[in-house]
Amino acid sequence: MRRLTGRILLPLALLVAWLLLNDTLSFGQVLLGALFAMLISLAIRQLRPLAAQPHRLHLLFGLLWHVLLDIIRSNIAVAAVILGANRQQPNVGFITIPLDMRDPHGLAMLAVILTATPGTVWTDLSPDTNKLTLHVLDLKDEAGWIRLIKDRYERPLMEIFE
Amino acid sequence: MNAILDWAIHFATLCFALAMVFGTVRLIIGPTAPDRVLALDAVYINGMLGALVLGIRFGTTVYFDIALLIGLFGFVGATAMAKFLLRGEVIEP
Amino acid sequence: MNGTELSPWIALPAAALLITGGLLGLLGALGLLRLSGFYARIHAPTLGNTLGAGCVLIASILVSSAIAERPVVHEVLITLCVILSSPVTAMLLMRAAIYRDR
Repeated sequence: MRRLTGRILLPLALLVAWLLLNDTLSFGQVLLGALFAMLISLAIRQLRPLAAQPHRLHLLFGLLWHVLLDIIRSNIAVAAVILGANRQQPNVGFITIPLDMRDPHGLAMLAVILTATPGTVWTDLSPDTNKLTLHVLDLKDEAGWIRLIKDRYERPLMEIFE
Repeated sequence: MNAILDWAIHFATLCFALAMVFGTVRLIIGPTAPDRVLALDAVYINGMLGALVLGIRFGTTVYFDIALLIGLFGFVGATAMAKFLLRGEVIEP
Repeated sequence: MNGTELSPWIALPAAALLITGGLLGLLGALGLLRLSGFYARIHAPTLGNTLGAGCVLIASILVSSAIAERPVVHEVLITLCVILSSPVTAMLLMRAAIYRDR
């Protein structure tokens, strides 16, 4: 079951992208898209060194909902920082967060989530100590950031990918 | 009702055009190379959103394809330049 | 709008979303000008890339679905492209800036 979900996700995503691109649900396009999706995922298997093993995919919806809420919230925060920039420039800084997650797919997703949220940019991950360096626009409460990232993002990602 | 939507479309077009002007100013004044690449990326994204707003205004799907192409080329261009700044080489052997 | 009269249930949310998206894109570019230092500036365009793009795309979906009188959702593809691709550029630029500062 776990191997099957890992194997079927990429062709499924490619098929959905093909149908969205053509903006149709006609039988011929579904067939053609399925054919292309199979061929591309067969060809791409040589390029992917290790396959993702996601499970408990229902957790993903809760995670994405949290991400959406956080994106809206930090959009407002960053807009306030930009509007107040001529009175006071923001206090930028790097913070270091020790991570427990080792799975490369989970780490990639964490990187995209953190960078897509305004106000934080993923900077570096040291491979031996597994410590993440994160750049924060408005650095006030360092321990709060660490707690937020570990509880809100890292734990569900670890449950999904590990 | 459509008057409000028309007004909103004009406002959004103006916003994105102004955003492209701001991005171009940052692209010209620099001061560092990563600043310029960042500004170019922002100009690309705002141009793409502007194309989408025009698509709403004229009610055709042609602008969708334009926006998709602008988005993809902007990503490839900005990433290639960022990679070049990082290593001095885009595709490493 | 090519002559078709949209219902207020479509036109009003679409107008609100367009205004929000335009303001967010403008604010992102304004931050590009007003913040000092590259490390602060890299955060500014994220505003337009995430919520600004999302707002405009939802407005586009609403209006084109109402005009075509069927669900038109292919704008989702652009959302996915932008949301997945702009962080990659930001991360590479961040590393490039740190590398060049050293």
